[in-house]
Amino acid sequence: MSTQRKALSLISGGLDSMLATRVILDQGIHVEGVNFFTGFCVEGHTHAIRKKDRAKPKRNNALWVAETLGIKLHIVDVIDEYKDVVINPKHGYGSNMNPCLDCKCFMVRKAHEWIQAHNFDFIITGEVIGQRPMSQRRDTMPVIQRESGAEDRLLRPLCGKNLPETLPEREGWIDRERLYGFSGRGRKPQIALAREMGIEDYAQPSGGCCFLTDEAYSHKLTDLWQARGERRYELDDIMLLKVGRHLRPRPNFKLIIGREEGENNFLEGYRKQFTHIRTLSHPGPLVLLDGEPGADDIALAARIAARFSKGRDAEQVEVEITPLGAEARREHVAPMPSGEMPQEWYL
Amino acid sequence: MSHYELDARRMLCPMPVIKTQNLVATLKPGDTVEVFCTDHGALNDVPAWSRINGHEVIATRESDGEISITVRVGDSDG
Repeated sequence: MSTQRKALSLISGGLDSMLATRVILDQGIHVEGVNFFTGFCVEGHTHAIRKKDRAKPKRNNALWVAETLGIKLHIVDVIDEYKDVVINPKHGYGSNMNPCLDCKCFMVRKAHEWIQAHNFDFIITGEVIGQRPMSQRRDTMPVIQRESGAEDRLLRPLCGKNLPETLPEREGWIDRERLYGFSGRGRKPQIALAREMGIEDYAQPSGGCCFLTDEAYSHKLTDLWQARGERRYELDDIMLLKVGRHLRPRPNFKLIIGREEGENNFLEGYRKQFTHIRTLSHPGPLVLLDGEPGADDIALAARIAARFSKGRDAEQVEVEITPLGAEARREHVAPMPSGEMPQEWYL
Repeated sequence: MSHYELDARRMLCPMPVIKTQNLVATLKPGDTVEVFCTDHGALNDVPAWSRINGHEVIATRESDGEISITVRVGDSDG
Protein backbone atom coordinates (compact mmCIF):
# COMPACT_ATOMS: atom_id res chain seq x y z
CA MET A 1 0.00 0.00 0.00
CA SER A 2 1.36 3.40 -0.87
CA THR A 3 1.94 6.02 1.78
CA GLN A 4 -0.68 8.74 2.08
CA ARG A 5 1.24 11.91 1.19
CA LYS A 6 0.45 15.09 3.08
CA ALA A 7 0.70 18.72 2.06
CA LEU A 8 0.34 21.98 3.96
CA SER A 9 -1.33 24.77 2.01
CA LEU A 10 -0.88 28.47 2.72
CA ILE A 11 -4.45 29.72 2.85
CA SER A 12 -4.97 33.46 2.58
CA GLY A 13 -8.72 33.33 2.15
CA GLY A 14 -8.47 34.47 -1.46
CA LEU A 15 -9.23 32.53 -4.61
CA ASP A 16 -5.75 31.48 -5.72
CA SER A 17 -4.78 29.53 -2.62
CA MET A 18 -8.26 27.99 -2.64
CA LEU A 19 -7.82 26.75 -6.20
CA ALA A 20 -4.26 25.54 -5.61
CA THR A 21 -5.45 23.52 -2.64
CA ARG A 22 -8.33 22.02 -4.56
CA VAL A 23 -6.00 20.99 -7.41
CA ILE A 24 -3.86 19.03 -4.97
CA LEU A 25 -6.80 17.58 -3.03
CA ASP A 26 -8.11 16.28 -6.36
CA GLN A 27 -4.86 14.36 -6.77
CA GLY A 28 -5.56 12.37 -3.62
CA ILE A 29 -3.19 14.23 -1.31
CA HIS A 30 -4.19 14.88 2.32
CA VAL A 31 -4.08 18.66 2.64
CA GLU A 32 -4.32 20.86 5.72
CA GLY A 33 -4.24 24.63 5.65
CA VAL A 34 -2.22 27.20 7.52
CA ASN A 35 -2.96 30.88 7.88
CA PHE A 36 -0.49 33.26 9.47
CA PHE A 37 -1.75 36.19 11.50
CA THR A 38 0.76 39.04 11.32
CA GLY A 39 -1.34 41.80 12.89
CA PHE A 40 -1.54 43.60 9.55
CA CYS A 41 -4.22 41.37 8.08
CA VAL A 42 -7.22 43.37 6.95
CA GLU A 43 -9.45 40.38 7.73
CA GLY A 44 -12.53 41.86 9.24
CA HIS A 45 -10.89 44.27 11.68
CA THR A 46 -12.30 47.48 10.37
CA HIS A 47 -15.63 45.72 10.11
CA ALA A 48 -15.41 44.59 13.70
CA ILE A 49 -14.67 48.10 14.88
CA ARG A 50 -17.02 50.24 12.83
CA LYS A 51 -20.57 50.16 14.04
CA LYS A 52 -22.15 50.72 10.65
CA ASP A 53 -20.39 47.64 9.29
CA ARG A 54 -21.49 45.34 12.09
CA ALA A 55 -24.78 44.50 10.50
CA LYS A 56 -23.05 43.16 7.39
CA PRO A 57 -22.30 39.48 7.45
CA LYS A 58 -18.70 38.92 8.31
CA ARG A 59 -16.61 35.83 8.03
CA ASN A 60 -12.97 34.92 8.27
CA ASN A 61 -12.23 34.02 4.67
CA ALA A 62 -9.42 31.59 5.47
CA LEU A 63 -11.75 29.60 7.76
CA TRP A 64 -14.47 29.77 5.17
CA VAL A 65 -12.16 28.47 2.42
CA ALA A 66 -10.99 25.63 4.66
CA GLU A 67 -14.55 24.65 5.49
CA THR A 68 -15.62 24.82 1.85
CA LEU A 69 -12.73 22.58 0.85
CA GLY A 70 -13.25 20.27 3.83
CA ILE A 71 -9.75 20.68 5.24
CA LYS A 72 -8.38 21.59 8.65
CA LEU A 73 -6.96 25.05 9.15
CA HIS A 74 -4.23 26.02 11.58
CA ILE A 75 -4.14 29.74 12.35
CA VAL A 76 -0.73 30.73 13.63
CA ASP A 77 0.07 33.89 15.57
CA VAL A 78 3.33 35.21 14.12
CA ILE A 79 2.92 38.78 15.38
CA ASP A 80 6.24 38.96 17.22
CA GLU A 81 8.38 37.09 14.73
CA TYR A 82 6.90 39.09 11.89
CA LYS A 83 8.25 42.38 13.25
CA ASP A 84 11.67 41.67 11.83
CA VAL A 85 10.13 41.17 8.37
CA VAL A 86 8.47 44.59 8.52
CA ILE A 87 11.34 46.44 10.17
CA ASN A 88 14.32 44.95 8.32
CA PRO A 89 13.20 43.52 4.98
CA LYS A 90 16.26 42.22 3.16
CA HIS A 91 14.56 42.70 -0.20
CA GLY A 92 13.06 46.08 0.64
CA TYR A 93 9.54 47.41 0.37
CA GLY A 94 7.06 47.61 -2.48
CA SER A 95 5.29 50.83 -3.34
CA ASN A 96 4.22 51.26 0.30
CA MET A 97 5.51 49.59 3.49
CA ASN A 98 4.81 46.16 2.04
CA PRO A 99 7.80 43.79 2.30
CA CYS A 100 6.08 41.25 0.03
CA LEU A 101 9.06 39.12 -0.94
CA ASP A 102 10.46 38.89 2.60
CA CYS A 103 6.94 38.18 3.79
CA LYS A 104 6.48 35.26 1.41
CA CYS A 105 9.92 33.86 2.30
CA PHE A 106 8.98 34.15 5.98
CA MET A 107 5.62 32.42 5.58
CA VAL A 108 7.01 29.58 3.51
CA ARG A 109 9.84 29.19 6.03
CA LYS A 110 7.28 28.93 8.86
CA ALA A 111 5.31 26.42 6.79
CA HIS A 112 8.50 24.44 6.21
CA GLU A 113 9.17 24.32 9.95
CA TRP A 114 5.58 23.15 10.43
CA ILE A 115 5.78 20.30 7.93
CA GLN A 116 9.00 19.10 9.49
CA ALA A 117 7.44 19.14 12.96
CA HIS A 118 4.24 17.40 11.76
CA ASN A 119 5.69 14.94 9.31
CA PHE A 120 4.09 16.41 6.21
CA ASP A 121 5.70 16.01 2.81
CA PHE A 122 5.40 19.30 0.97
CA ILE A 123 4.00 22.83 0.88
CA ILE A 124 1.63 24.39 -1.63
CA THR A 125 0.85 28.02 -2.36
CA GLY A 126 -1.49 29.82 -4.74
CA GLU A 127 1.36 31.77 -6.33
CA VAL A 128 1.18 32.57 -10.03
CA ILE A 129 4.16 33.87 -12.02
CA GLY A 130 3.66 37.56 -12.72
CA GLN A 131 0.55 37.90 -10.55
CA ARG A 132 2.16 40.25 -8.05
CA PRO A 133 4.83 42.80 -8.99
CA MET A 134 7.16 42.09 -6.08
CA SER A 135 6.78 38.59 -4.74
CA GLN A 136 5.28 36.61 -7.62
CA ARG A 137 7.77 36.98 -10.45
CA ARG A 138 9.74 34.41 -12.37
CA ASP A 139 13.00 35.59 -10.77
CA THR A 140 11.62 35.67 -7.20
CA MET A 141 10.07 32.19 -7.25
CA PRO A 142 13.46 30.47 -6.70
CA VAL A 143 14.40 33.09 -4.08
CA ILE A 144 11.41 32.03 -1.98
CA GLN A 145 12.32 28.34 -2.36
CA ARG A 146 15.91 28.99 -1.34
CA GLU A 147 15.46 31.50 1.47
CA SER A 148 12.58 29.63 3.10
CA GLY A 149 14.59 26.43 3.16
CA ALA A 150 11.66 24.61 1.54
CA GLU A 151 13.57 24.20 -1.74
CA ASP A 152 11.85 21.62 -3.97
CA ARG A 153 9.24 20.77 -1.35
CA LEU A 154 7.45 23.96 -2.38
CA LEU A 155 4.90 23.36 -5.13
CA ARG A 156 2.83 26.03 -6.92
CA PRO A 157 -0.01 24.10 -8.52
CA LEU A 158 -1.40 27.06 -10.49
CA CYS A 159 1.84 27.74 -12.37
CA GLY A 160 3.78 24.55 -11.75
CA LYS A 161 3.88 23.67 -15.44
CA ASN A 162 5.99 26.78 -16.04
CA LEU A 163 8.45 25.98 -13.27
CA PRO A 164 11.14 23.34 -12.76
CA GLU A 165 9.96 19.99 -11.46
CA THR A 166 9.58 19.74 -7.69
CA LEU A 167 10.00 16.79 -5.34
CA PRO A 168 6.30 15.78 -5.24
CA GLU A 169 6.31 15.61 -9.06
CA ARG A 170 9.62 13.75 -9.29
CA GLU A 171 8.53 11.21 -6.70
CA GLY A 172 5.23 10.66 -8.49
CA TRP A 173 3.15 11.81 -5.51
CA ILE A 174 1.38 14.15 -7.87
CA ASP A 175 0.95 14.30 -11.63
CA ARG A 176 2.65 17.32 -13.21
CA GLU A 177 0.32 17.08 -16.19
CA ARG A 178 -2.60 17.94 -13.93
CA LEU A 179 -0.99 21.17 -12.69
CA TYR A 180 -1.62 24.51 -14.41
CA GLY A 181 0.52 26.98 -16.33
CA PHE A 182 -1.05 30.30 -15.36
CA SER A 183 0.99 33.48 -15.67
CA GLY A 184 0.50 37.22 -15.65
CA ARG A 185 -1.65 39.63 -13.74
CA GLY A 186 -4.94 38.62 -15.31
CA ARG A 187 -7.62 36.85 -13.29
CA LYS A 188 -9.48 35.14 -16.12
CA PRO A 189 -7.80 31.69 -15.88
CA GLN A 190 -8.47 31.56 -12.13
CA ILE A 191 -12.07 32.61 -12.54
CA ALA A 192 -12.55 30.03 -15.30
CA LEU A 193 -10.98 27.30 -13.18
CA ALA A 194 -13.18 28.24 -10.23
CA ARG A 195 -16.24 27.89 -12.47
CA GLU A 196 -15.01 24.54 -13.76
CA MET A 197 -14.58 23.34 -10.17
CA GLY A 198 -18.03 24.56 -9.21
CA ILE A 199 -16.66 27.25 -6.90
CA GLU A 200 -18.96 30.21 -7.26
CA ASP A 201 -18.51 32.09 -4.02
CA TYR A 202 -15.07 33.41 -3.14
CA ALA A 203 -13.49 36.48 -1.58
CA GLN A 204 -12.43 39.31 -3.87
CA PRO A 205 -9.17 38.09 -5.31
CA SER A 206 -5.77 38.99 -3.90
CA GLY A 207 -3.82 42.06 -2.95
CA GLY A 208 -6.20 43.77 -0.59
CA CYS A 209 -5.57 41.61 2.44
CA CYS A 210 -2.67 43.45 4.07
CA PHE A 211 -2.66 46.94 5.57
CA LEU A 212 1.01 47.35 4.60
CA THR A 213 0.00 47.70 0.95
CA ASP A 214 -2.23 50.64 1.89
CA GLU A 215 -0.71 54.07 1.32
CA ALA A 216 -2.48 55.87 4.17
CA TYR A 217 -1.69 53.10 6.63
CA SER A 218 1.96 53.00 5.56
CA HIS A 219 2.22 56.75 6.04
CA LYS A 220 0.92 56.43 9.60
CA LEU A 221 3.36 53.64 10.37
CA THR A 222 6.31 55.65 9.03
CA ASP A 223 5.16 58.66 11.06
CA LEU A 224 5.02 56.53 14.21
CA TRP A 225 8.60 55.37 13.73
CA GLN A 226 9.81 58.86 12.94
CA ALA A 227 8.12 60.32 16.04
CA ARG A 228 9.57 57.64 18.30
CA GLY A 229 13.01 57.87 16.76
CA GLU A 230 13.15 54.11 16.31
CA ARG A 231 11.63 51.48 14.07
CA ARG A 232 9.66 49.25 16.39
CA TYR A 233 6.02 48.50 17.18
CA GLU A 234 3.73 46.52 19.45
CA LEU A 235 0.45 44.90 18.41
CA ASP A 236 -1.53 47.70 20.08
CA ASP A 237 0.33 50.28 17.97
CA ILE A 238 -0.51 48.65 14.68
CA MET A 239 -4.11 48.00 15.69
CA LEU A 240 -4.57 51.66 16.63
CA LEU A 241 -3.21 52.73 13.24
CA LYS A 242 -6.30 51.09 11.73
CA VAL A 243 -8.70 53.14 13.82
CA GLY A 244 -9.79 56.77 13.86
CA ARG A 245 -8.42 59.99 12.49
CA HIS A 246 -4.74 60.56 13.32
CA LEU A 247 -3.48 64.14 13.66
CA ARG A 248 0.05 65.16 14.56
CA PRO A 249 0.15 68.88 15.40
CA ARG A 250 3.61 68.65 17.03
CA PRO A 251 6.41 66.10 16.71
CA ASN A 252 6.12 64.84 20.31
CA PHE A 253 2.49 63.71 20.23
CA LYS A 254 -0.45 62.85 18.03
CA LEU A 255 -4.19 62.60 18.53
CA ILE A 256 -6.25 59.52 17.71
CA ILE A 257 -9.83 60.65 17.27
CA GLY A 258 -12.73 58.19 17.04
CA ARG A 259 -14.85 58.81 13.93
CA GLU A 260 -17.99 57.09 15.07
CA GLU A 261 -19.47 55.11 17.94
CA GLY A 262 -17.83 51.80 17.07
CA GLU A 263 -14.39 53.39 16.92
CA ASN A 264 -15.00 55.28 20.16
CA ASN A 265 -15.93 52.02 21.86
CA PHE A 266 -12.79 50.39 20.52
CA LEU A 267 -10.64 53.30 21.72
CA GLU A 268 -12.33 53.10 25.15
CA GLY A 269 -10.48 49.85 25.67
CA TYR A 270 -7.17 51.68 25.30
CA ARG A 271 -7.87 54.88 27.24
CA LYS A 272 -6.10 53.80 30.43
CA GLN A 273 -2.85 53.54 28.49
CA PHE A 274 -3.07 57.11 27.18
CA THR A 275 -3.77 60.68 28.19
CA HIS A 276 -7.30 61.09 26.88
CA ILE A 277 -9.92 63.74 26.33
CA ARG A 278 -13.67 63.62 25.90
CA THR A 279 -16.20 66.40 25.47
CA LEU A 280 -18.89 66.79 28.15
CA SER A 281 -21.09 69.71 27.07
CA HIS A 282 -21.55 68.35 23.55
CA PRO A 283 -21.46 64.85 22.04
CA GLY A 284 -18.02 64.16 20.66
CA PRO A 285 -15.33 61.60 20.07
CA LEU A 286 -12.97 59.99 22.52
CA VAL A 287 -9.47 61.33 21.81
CA LEU A 288 -6.28 59.53 22.80
CA LEU A 289 -2.94 61.35 22.90
CA ASP A 290 -0.06 59.15 21.80
CA GLY A 291 3.47 60.27 22.65
CA GLU A 292 4.67 62.59 25.38
CA PRO A 293 2.40 65.61 25.42
CA GLY A 294 3.26 68.49 27.78
CA ALA A 295 0.72 70.85 29.38
CA ASP A 296 0.68 73.11 26.31
CA ASP A 297 0.15 70.15 24.03
CA ILE A 298 -2.77 68.88 26.10
CA ALA A 299 -4.37 72.33 25.98
CA LEU A 300 -4.00 72.33 22.18
CA ALA A 301 -5.37 68.79 21.96
CA ALA A 302 -8.41 69.77 24.05
CA ARG A 303 -9.24 72.52 21.55
CA ILE A 304 -8.90 70.06 18.68
CA ALA A 305 -11.10 67.53 20.50
CA ALA A 306 -13.73 70.28 20.89
CA ARG A 307 -13.42 71.00 17.19
CA PHE A 308 -14.41 67.41 16.37
CA SER A 309 -17.44 67.50 18.70
CA LYS A 310 -20.95 68.71 17.99
CA GLY A 311 -19.90 71.92 19.75
CA ARG A 312 -17.49 72.90 16.99
CA ASP A 313 -19.33 76.19 16.42
CA ALA A 314 -19.90 76.95 20.11
CA GLU A 315 -17.79 79.55 21.90
CA GLN A 316 -16.83 77.13 24.64
CA VAL A 317 -16.94 73.38 25.01
CA GLU A 318 -16.54 71.63 28.33
CA VAL A 319 -14.01 68.83 28.15
CA GLU A 320 -12.73 66.20 30.55
CA ILE A 321 -8.99 65.72 30.40
CA THR A 322 -7.42 62.65 31.97
CA PRO A 323 -3.63 62.79 31.88
CA LEU A 324 -1.91 59.42 31.89
CA GLY A 325 -1.86 58.08 35.45
CA ALA A 326 -3.58 61.16 36.93
CA GLU A 327 -7.06 62.27 37.98
CA ALA A 328 -9.52 63.61 35.41
CA ARG A 329 -10.15 67.37 35.38
CA ARG A 330 -12.75 69.53 33.65
CA GLU A 331 -12.04 72.60 31.59
CA HIS A 332 -13.81 74.93 29.21
CA VAL A 333 -12.00 75.42 25.91
CA ALA A 334 -12.62 77.27 22.65
CA PRO A 335 -12.92 74.84 19.72
CA MET A 336 -10.07 75.28 17.28
CA PRO A 337 -11.25 76.90 14.03
CA SER A 338 -10.69 74.58 11.07
CA GLY A 339 -8.63 77.29 9.36
CA GLU A 340 -6.03 76.94 12.12
CA MET A 341 -5.59 73.23 11.52
CA PRO A 342 -3.16 72.78 8.64
CA GLN A 343 -3.65 69.81 6.33
CA GLU A 344 -0.16 68.56 7.26
CA TRP A 345 -1.46 67.64 10.70
CA TYR A 346 -3.64 64.94 9.20
CA LEU A 347 -1.77 61.67 8.85
CA MET B 1 -13.90 16.33 31.99
CA SER B 2 -12.81 19.83 32.89
CA HIS B 3 -14.24 23.25 32.17
CA TYR B 4 -12.09 26.21 31.24
CA GLU B 5 -12.74 29.89 30.69
CA LEU B 6 -10.86 31.95 28.16
CA ASP B 7 -10.80 35.73 28.21
CA ALA B 8 -10.57 37.01 24.63
CA ARG B 9 -12.34 40.31 25.32
CA ARG B 10 -11.16 43.29 23.25
CA MET B 11 -9.29 40.97 20.91
CA LEU B 12 -10.17 41.23 17.26
CA CYS B 13 -10.55 38.19 15.06
CA PRO B 14 -8.73 36.00 14.44
CA MET B 15 -7.11 36.36 17.89
CA PRO B 16 -10.06 34.80 19.79
CA VAL B 17 -9.86 31.81 17.42
CA ILE B 18 -6.09 31.52 17.84
CA LYS B 19 -6.41 31.64 21.64
CA THR B 20 -9.17 29.02 21.55
CA GLN B 21 -7.19 26.80 19.19
CA ASN B 22 -4.05 27.00 21.34
CA LEU B 23 -5.92 26.21 24.56
CA VAL B 24 -7.93 23.36 22.98
CA ALA B 25 -4.69 21.81 21.73
CA THR B 26 -3.75 21.18 25.38
CA LEU B 27 -7.13 19.68 26.42
CA LYS B 28 -8.79 16.29 26.35
CA PRO B 29 -11.86 15.19 24.39
CA GLY B 30 -15.00 16.15 26.30
CA ASP B 31 -13.41 19.13 28.05
CA THR B 32 -15.26 22.40 27.56
CA VAL B 33 -13.99 25.93 27.00
CA GLU B 34 -16.12 29.04 27.41
CA VAL B 35 -14.62 31.83 25.32
CA PHE B 36 -15.55 35.40 26.27
CA CYS B 37 -15.16 37.96 23.53
CA THR B 38 -16.32 41.35 22.31
CA ASP B 39 -15.61 41.04 18.57
CA HIS B 40 -18.83 39.91 16.93
CA GLY B 41 -16.81 38.21 14.22
CA ALA B 42 -16.16 35.48 16.79
CA LEU B 43 -19.80 34.41 16.41
CA ASN B 44 -18.89 33.20 12.94
CA ASP B 45 -15.27 32.31 13.38
CA VAL B 46 -15.23 30.21 16.55
CA PRO B 47 -18.06 27.92 15.30
CA ALA B 48 -16.42 27.68 11.84
CA TRP B 49 -13.10 26.77 13.42
CA SER B 50 -14.85 24.22 15.65
CA ARG B 51 -16.65 22.55 12.74
CA ILE B 52 -13.47 22.30 10.69
CA ASN B 53 -11.49 20.78 13.50
CA GLY B 54 -14.08 18.37 14.86
CA HIS B 55 -15.18 20.26 17.97
CA GLU B 56 -18.70 21.26 18.92
CA VAL B 57 -20.20 24.58 19.97
CA ILE B 58 -22.67 23.71 22.73
CA ALA B 59 -23.77 27.18 23.83
CA THR B 60 -23.66 30.76 22.60
CA ARG B 61 -24.74 33.73 24.69
CA GLU B 62 -24.76 37.40 23.93
CA SER B 63 -25.47 40.30 26.29
CA ASP B 64 -24.33 43.92 26.59
CA GLY B 65 -22.02 43.58 23.64
CA GLU B 66 -20.25 40.64 25.22
CA ILE B 67 -20.35 37.21 23.67
CA SER B 68 -19.64 33.84 25.20
CA ILE B 69 -19.19 30.71 23.15
CA THR B 70 -18.77 27.30 24.74
CA VAL B 71 -16.86 24.69 22.78
CA ARG B 72 -16.71 20.99 23.62
CA VAL B 73 -13.43 19.43 22.57
CA GLY B 74 -13.90 16.64 20.04
CA ASP B 75 -11.98 13.42 19.49
CA SER B 76 -10.08 14.92 16.59
CA ASP B 77 -6.32 15.06 16.88
CA GLY B 78 -6.15 18.55 16.05
